[in-house]
Amino acid sequence: MSESDAARRKREEAELRAVWDIPRGWRYLSNCNNQVVGLWYTGASFFFFLFAGVLALIMRAQLAVPDGTLVSAGTYNQLYTLHGTMMMFLFAVPIFEAVAILILPQMLAARDLPFPRLSAFGFWCFLIGGVFVGGSIFFDAAPDSGWFMYPPLATDTSQTGIGADIWLLGLSFIEVASIAAAVELIVGVLKCRPPGMRINLMPLYCWYVLIVGGMILFAFPPLIAGDILFEMQRLFDWPFFDPARGGDPVLWQHLFWIFGHPEVYIIFLPSIALLAMIVPTFARRPILGYGWIVLAAVGTGFLSFGLWAHHMFTIGLPSLSLGFFSAASEAVAIPTGVQIFVFVATLLAGRVIFSIPMLFATGALAIFVFGGLTGVMVALAPFDWQAHDSYFIVAHLHYTLIGGMFFPLVAGLYYFHPFITGRMLSERLGRWSFWLMFAGFNIAFLPMHITGLRGMPRRVFTYPADHGWDGLNLVSTLGAFTMAAGIGVLLWDVLRPGKPRAPRNPWNAGTLEWVAGDPSEPWGIRSVPPITSRYPLWDQRDLVRDIDEGRFFLPGAPEGRRETLVTGVLDAEPQQVLRVPGNSFKPLIAAVFIGGSFIATTFHWWTAAVISGVLGIAAIMVWLWTGTATIPETPEKDAGMGTRLPLYASGSASVGWWAMFITMVGDGTAFLSLIFAYFYYWTIHGAFPPEGSPTPDNGLLLAGGAAAVAGWGLTLLARRANGAGRPGLLRALIAGAALLALIGGGLLILAPWQAGLDSVAHVYPATVWVILIWTALHLAVGVLMQGYCLAGSLAGRLTREHDIDLRNVVLYGHFAALTVATTLAVLVLAPLAM
Amino acid sequence: MLLRRETPNLWTLLTPPAVWALHFLFCYVAAAIVCARYPASLDGLRLAIGLATMAALAIIAIAGRQAHRHWGFGSDLPPHDAPTPEDQQHFLGFATLLLCALSAVAVLFGALPALIIAECR
Repeated sequence: MSESDAARRKREEAELRAVWDIPRGWRYLSNCNNQVVGLWYTGASFFFFLFAGVLALIMRAQLAVPDGTLVSAGTYNQLYTLHGTMMMFLFAVPIFEAVAILILPQMLAARDLPFPRLSAFGFWCFLIGGVFVGGSIFFDAAPDSGWFMYPPLATDTSQTGIGADIWLLGLSFIEVASIAAAVELIVGVLKCRPPGMRINLMPLYCWYVLIVGGMILFAFPPLIAGDILFEMQRLFDWPFFDPARGGDPVLWQHLFWIFGHPEVYIIFLPSIALLAMIVPTFARRPILGYGWIVLAAVGTGFLSFGLWAHHMFTIGLPSLSLGFFSAASEAVAIPTGVQIFVFVATLLAGRVIFSIPMLFATGALAIFVFGGLTGVMVALAPFDWQAHDSYFIVAHLHYTLIGGMFFPLVAGLYYFHPFITGRMLSERLGRWSFWLMFAGFNIAFLPMHITGLRGMPRRVFTYPADHGWDGLNLVSTLGAFTMAAGIGVLLWDVLRPGKPRAPRNPWNAGTLEWVAGDPSEPWGIRSVPPITSRYPLWDQRDLVRDIDEGRFFLPGAPEGRRETLVTGVLDAEPQQVLRVPGNSFKPLIAAVFIGGSFIATTFHWWTAAVISGVLGIAAIMVWLWTGTATIPETPEKDAGMGTRLPLYASGSASVGWWAMFITMVGDGTAFLSLIFAYFYYWTIHGAFPPEGSPTPDNGLLLAGGAAAVAGWGLTLLARRANGAGRPGLLRALIAGAALLALIGGGLLILAPWQAGLDSVAHVYPATVWVILIWTALHLAVGVLMQGYCLAGSLAGRLTREHDIDLRNVVLYGHFAALTVATTLAVLVLAPLAM
Repeated sequence: MLLRRETPNLWTLLTPPAVWALHFLFCYVAAAIVCARYPASLDGLRLAIGLATMAALAIIAIAGRQAHRHWGFGSDLPPHDAPTPEDQQHFLGFATLLLCALSAVAVLFGALPALIIAECR
C-alpha cells in the first residue's frame, strides 16, 4: 500500500527537521547554516556600528564648544581613526555580507548556499579581528593615524604605537572574511538559483550581489598587497614608503584608494539593492526598468574603479591624470542617477503604500541625492583643492554613506524583520525613529558644509572660539545626539519583548524569500519550486501551497544529508544535487588559530605566531579532508519532479572549482598590485634597478622558473593519468610535480639571497624580495595541495571518477604558473628592456 | 570569439565596460609614465590616447551592433520577463546595448582631458 499524501508530508518534514536541526547549548556555536550564521553576522556588525557610533558621539561632545577638554588630542586621534575604521571595515562591508547570506538562500529558494562552513569561518574571522581592532581603544592602543593610515606618519613606529599594527594585521585578517563571503555569494547567485530562474528573472538584489562580489575580488586584494608592504616596513624596516631609501608614500595612497573608492560602492550598491526589493513591493508593481538597473549596477561596478585618485587631487599628480579621474568621477554619476530615476519612476507608476520601510527608502533617496550632488562638486579638481580635508568632505561623505547605505539598510531592517524573526516592528516607534534620525542627521551634517567652507579642517580635536565655527559645531552636536536618539528608538523596538507575530508575507511581496513562513524552521525552503516569473508569489498560482506540500524538487532528506540544488549559470536548468556539509566546530577552530597567528604577529611573538599559524593550516586541512569532496553512496538520486540528478560533479561543473577560480582571481589581483608597485617605483627612479645595485642572478631565476613550470606540466599529466585510470602513475607524477615545485621555489629564493640583495637598504631589493617570496609561497601552497591529492589517492578518496580535488589543484596550478611566468618577465626581462 | 556570438552571455554583457576599463587603464598608465619620465613626448601621448579612443569606440560599436542583434533589433520591447530563451536573450542584448552607450560616453569622458590639457603640470 502506498503512503498517503499526509503521511508523506509528515515524514519529509521530520526528515528535513532532523537534518537541518539547529543545535542547542554550547554546540549552538558549531552552527554552519547560513540562516543562523547570517543572523550572528548581522548582530555582530550592528554591535560594531553602535560601538563606532558611540565613538562619534564622544567626538561630537568634544567639539560642541570651542577649546573642549572632554578628551585629549591623543584620545581624539584614536576616536576618529577607530570610528572610520570600524564603520567601514566592521560595519558597512560586513553588514552587506551578513544580510546577503541571511536572505539570499531564501530569495533563491535554496536550502543553503554552497559553502556554509566557509561562511561560518568568515564570520569567526570577522568577529575575532573586529574585537581585536575595536577592543584596542580600551587599552589606549587603538590606531590613531586616520582610517586611511597615510605614511610617513603611520609607518613611523616612534610616532605611532602598536595601534597601527593592530589596524594592519587585524583588518588583513578581516579581509579574508570578505573574500570568503565574495566566493560564497558569487557561486551562490550563479549556481544555486531555483530551476527556471533564468538570468532575466533573477531578483535585482542578486544582480547587485553578483556585481559587488566581483568588485570585492578586484578591490580588496590591492589593500592586502598594500598591507603586506606596510607591515614589512613596520616590522622589518623594508623601505617601501620611505623616500630616503627609494620608497614613496604615494604608492600607499594608490593602493589604499584603489581599494578605498570601489569600497564606497561595495557598501552602497548592496543597500541600493535592498531598495530595489522594497520599492516594487510598496509600489505594488514590478520594477520599471529592470534592464536599466542591471546597466546601473554593472556600470557603477566598473566605473567605480576609475575614481580612486580623486582622493589624491591635492598631492601634485600631473594635471592630465587629474583630468582622467575627474572625468570618470563625473561619469559614474550617470549610472547612479539611472538607479534613482528607476526607483522614482516605479513609485510614480505604482500605487504607493507609505509604510515604515518606504519612509526610510524615500529618506535615503533624499539624503543620497544631496550627497551625490556635493560629490559632483568635489569630483572637480579645482573645487576639491579648496574643500579637501575640510568639514565639507566630512559632510559629503556622511551624506553619501548614510543616505546611500545606512538609511536603505534601516529600511531593509524594517522590511526583513518579520522574515527573520517572525515578528513585526512597531509602526509608531518606526515613525519616531525615522523622524528623529532624518532630522538629527540633517541637523548634524548640513551645517558641516558651511563649517568646512569656513575653513575648519577635519580631524582637529578642538578649535578656538573666534573662527565662526562654534555655533555651527554646537548645532551639529545637537543633531548627532538627536540622530542617536532615533537609533535608540530603533534598538528598543528590535529588542523589546512582546512584539506582535507577523503574518506570512506581511507586505504581500512578490519574491521568494517571503515563502518563509515560520522562521524557526531551519531548512531554507520546504521544496525547491520551478520559477517562471520575476515575482513568483504574485504570478505563479498556488506556489506557496505547493512548496509547503513538498510538490517540487528535494521535498525530503531520505538519506539524512543536507542537500541543495545546483543549476546552470544562465538557464538555471537543474544540474546536480549538492551535498552541503553540516554543523561543525572546525571552521571556528581554524579561525581561532589563524586569528591567533595574526594577533601574535602584532605583538612580535614570533614563535607563538608560527605555532598558531601551523595549527590553523592543520585545522583547515582536517576540515577539508573530513568535510569536502566526499564520495556519495550512489552516483545519482531522485531529486523530485521525476528528475534524477548526479550527486557528484568535478571540474567546471563543480561549485568548488568555481570557488577556486574566484579565489585565485582575487589572489592574482593582489599579485598584480605588487607588480604595479615594481613599475610604480620604476616611474619615479632614473633607473630601476638603480645603477650599481646588485640584481638576482638571471640563471638561477630562470632555472627556478623552469622547475616550477615543469612541475605544473607534471600536474597536468597527473590529471591525464588519473583520467586514464592509472593511479600508480598519478601518484608518481604528482610527487614529481611537488618535488619540482619545491626546487623551483627554493631557487627563486636562493637567487636574491646569493646576490646579496639587502631588503632594508633600498626599495629595489625589497621589492624583488617581496615578489619572489610571494611566488615561492604560492609554490609551497601548491605543494601542500599536491600532497593532499597524493594522500587522497592513497586513501581512495581521489579516484578516476571522483577527482574534484585534483581538478581544483590543476586550476590552482594554472594560476601559480602564471604567477611564476609574470615574476620572471618582470624581474628578468623588464630590466633588460628598460 | 566574444564579438561574433550567436547567443549572449555574462561575458558579452561585460565586454563594453571592460573596454572602458582597458581604455582608462591605458590612458592613466601612459600618462603617468610619460609625465614622470618623458614629459617632452606629451604630444605623442595625446595622439596615442586619441587612437586608443577610436579603437575603444570601434570595439564598443561592434559590441553594440551584436547586442542590438541579440535584442532582436528592438522588435520586442522590455520588460523581457518571460521564462523563455528568447526573452533571456533579448534581455541580455538590451542590457548590453545600454552598457555600450554608457561605456562609449565614459570612454569619451576619459579622452577629453587629453584633448584639452596640453601639459603635465
